[in-house]
Amino acid sequence: MNRSLSQLAIGTALVLALGAGAQAKTLVYCSEGSPEGFNPGLYTAGTTFDASARPIFNRLVEFERGTTKIEPGLAESWTVSEDGKTFTFKLRRGVKWHSNRNFTPKRDFNADDVLFTFNRAWKTDHPFHKVSGGKYEYFNSMDMPKLLKSITKSDDYTVVFELNEPEAPFIANLGMDFASILSAEYADAMMKAGTPEKADLDPIGTGPFYLVNYQKDAVIRYKAHPAYWAGKAKIDDLVYAITPDASVRYAKLKAGECHVMPYPNPADLEAMRKDPNINLLTQEGLNIGYWAFNVTKKPFDDKRVRQAMNYAVNKQAIIDAVFLGAGKAATNPIPPTMWSYNEAVKDYTYDPAKAKALLAEAGLPNGFETDLWAMPVQRPYNPNAKRMAEVIQADLAKVGVKANIVTYEWAEYLKRSKNGEHQTLLLGWTGDNGDPDNFLNVLLGCAAAQDGTNRARWCHKPFDDIVNQAKKIPDVSKRTELYKQAQVIFKEEAPWYTVAHSVVYKPVRKEVVDFKIHPFGGHIFYGVDLK
Amino acid sequence: MLRFLLTRLSLIIPTFIGVTLLTFAMIRLIPGDPILLMAGERGIDDARYAQLKAELGLDKPIIIQYAHYLNDMAHGNFGKSIITREPVFKEFLELFPATIELSMTAIMIAVLIGLPAGIIAAVRRNSVFDHAVMGFSLTGYSMPIFWWGLLLILLFSVNLGWTPVSGRMAVLYFVEPVTGFVLIDAWLAGDWKAFQSALRHLILPAIVLGTVPLAIIARMTRSSMLEVLNEDYIRTARAKGLAPPRVIGLHALRNALIPVITVIGLAVGGLLGGAILTETIFSWPGVGKWLIEAIRRRDYPVVQGGVLLSATIVMIVNLGVDVLYGLINPRIRKGR
Repeated sequence: MNRSLSQLAIGTALVLALGAGAQAKTLVYCSEGSPEGFNPGLYTAGTTFDASARPIFNRLVEFERGTTKIEPGLAESWTVSEDGKTFTFKLRRGVKWHSNRNFTPKRDFNADDVLFTFNRAWKTDHPFHKVSGGKYEYFNSMDMPKLLKSITKSDDYTVVFELNEPEAPFIANLGMDFASILSAEYADAMMKAGTPEKADLDPIGTGPFYLVNYQKDAVIRYKAHPAYWAGKAKIDDLVYAITPDASVRYAKLKAGECHVMPYPNPADLEAMRKDPNINLLTQEGLNIGYWAFNVTKKPFDDKRVRQAMNYAVNKQAIIDAVFLGAGKAATNPIPPTMWSYNEAVKDYTYDPAKAKALLAEAGLPNGFETDLWAMPVQRPYNPNAKRMAEVIQADLAKVGVKANIVTYEWAEYLKRSKNGEHQTLLLGWTGDNGDPDNFLNVLLGCAAAQDGTNRARWCHKPFDDIVNQAKKIPDVSKRTELYKQAQVIFKEEAPWYTVAHSVVYKPVRKEVVDFKIHPFGGHIFYGVDLK
Repeated sequence: MLRFLLTRLSLIIPTFIGVTLLTFAMIRLIPGDPILLMAGERGIDDARYAQLKAELGLDKPIIIQYAHYLNDMAHGNFGKSIITREPVFKEFLELFPATIELSMTAIMIAVLIGLPAGIIAAVRRNSVFDHAVMGFSLTGYSMPIFWWGLLLILLFSVNLGWTPVSGRMAVLYFVEPVTGFVLIDAWLAGDWKAFQSALRHLILPAIVLGTVPLAIIARMTRSSMLEVLNEDYIRTARAKGLAPPRVIGLHALRNALIPVITVIGLAVGGLLGGAILTETIFSWPGVGKWLIEAIRRRDYPVVQGGVLLSATIVMIVNLGVDVLYGLINPRIRKGR
């Protein structure tokens, strides 16, 4: 039995090897799950964007691979008006759409496609708005309906966005996956054929790869788009082998069944580092894990108490015990990979004596009792919230503070904490568009304090004024200055204990050339080659 | 026989109602709101939340929701997934062949090895072989599937390189899905290499999934055979000089099979449970993995529809087992 099995295996392996030699370059990516669908505008999961927005589509502007810097995409250039409310985009000419068995494009990309994409999500009476369930959660959560006043085309290759108020991060929003440009011509054709939902199921994009076939929970196949506007991809075939278990992904990587894998088990990192066939790439994630103090509740309304908390807890112990080293101690609420990160800000040191002194100063020489909420789930910015809470609890006990750990089911946790039921809680955030506003305003602004996304419920006018001012200026260097100031105020006021930015690890096989970790957490295979 | 079948069939309706009620209640009893889970840290404003809730029909009183659900089921409408917005039935049909292919292979391995092993162990009672079989089956029965699966992958796929790590077929091959059963599709397409690849991918998961049923079948066959071998009619058969293979194969086995078949029938239900783990380890695109993901994300329609469809399959299999009893043992068929 064994002998015949091994003979069969060797035979097949030979066939495979010979076959592979004669074949085109195929890159296999062991992805972690099935996409929700192939129209990135309809969904919010990173897994979906990896399979749709990134290989198949383009946006008006793109993020330079491996950075949060914005570069031209389907728009060759753009201008912003003096008042910061009018954005004019000059579109790229000669951009070819993909084709499939139901559709062959008759024209290149133009302004109609841009109008179709945004109007579909924005206008509830648009004929395509309700197609495929018609939920545009990302579009809504980035407040696009409130921002947009009008979208018009002045000619086939010029589109003008008018906003209700100045909003500098708007450009970055347009580079996000949900803003992937769809084909109006294809949508029309599918509508005429009476099958509008096909436009979403069998995507047609302008991106570097086109979809060949998808088998749910098994495999997604793409081929390089030969007429891609930025030049044909270096690999010919791209295959996503859907592999939900991290240990199995690693086994497949070792066996050479895939070239790149996401989300390794922290426990496997050591072995990956030693494996001569594997390159372990690493980068700080675009995220922040924090411990927020509800400033509307006593005693956290007192700045000294919040600062005392910052002195009382040993950050390095958390990095070692909870992140197993795969984290970087956080000083600012934005990650170091983001522009405007203020290097000059100094973090609170671990100093229990100072914490005690501050507590005494605040009239709490004997400490106090508080709750400490810990999330029930593993998140990119916090691999084990319960463990983290225990470490914090132990440190707090040393300064006389008794912390009771509380947890709820995830949806319940989010809901209750949004209502401000907690005194202190652990949570975090992963950046959407690489803009500091997406952290500083969304998580710490006064508007967010009112709606609850600001879990500290911290509304501090000097800070809020600065971030709102920065939001309205298009000039990046001026914005950088303002955000740097905001970070100083944040540290002094201490509404959070900034825990860590996780470190992202990406094991790739040695034969993979020029794969770059995407700061937003996505996986991009255009520009990647195989040796 | 017809009356027997009708009685069995009439029992299916209350079972169905029980299953719908249970899945409907269970998934709602676990805390967790599909819309909030979808929104995550980003959150969702109240107006939008109310709107989505209404669109999904989750704003209505529970009892009305249940009535709608029953009504839809009665019309064969299993609803659409909250996450992918695809019809539940379509997703089920897409994934079910993979589960069947895996489960059938697993049960075949279990029966082909478990049955003879059990028989020989019974006939050679207290021999080395008997002790070995019983030892192995106890080990197999107590083995955590997840660990066992990973262990086999590490040994056969990573270290020895004999079998692929996971998936249904090497990514180099592609056969147009006709039946959804990769082996059959590859064979229909005449693609011999794809067929081989599919077969190699099937071996490990089928062994892992088949381990527990194999252990149960071997033990059950042994004890059932031992009981029958002590019966008077066996002694009579032996006394009248029948050859041992005939005594064991015809007189003993046929009577010993009834409890074994019951166990096989029950094992099919268990296989769907075991498939959840096996499918996750081997990235096998079947219904088990699909259901787990749906529970995690509180995708109500998928959980409700998926469980009901799986339950239907288990009921059909058990009905089949009941009919088999009748064929093997006329006393059951004739209601005596």
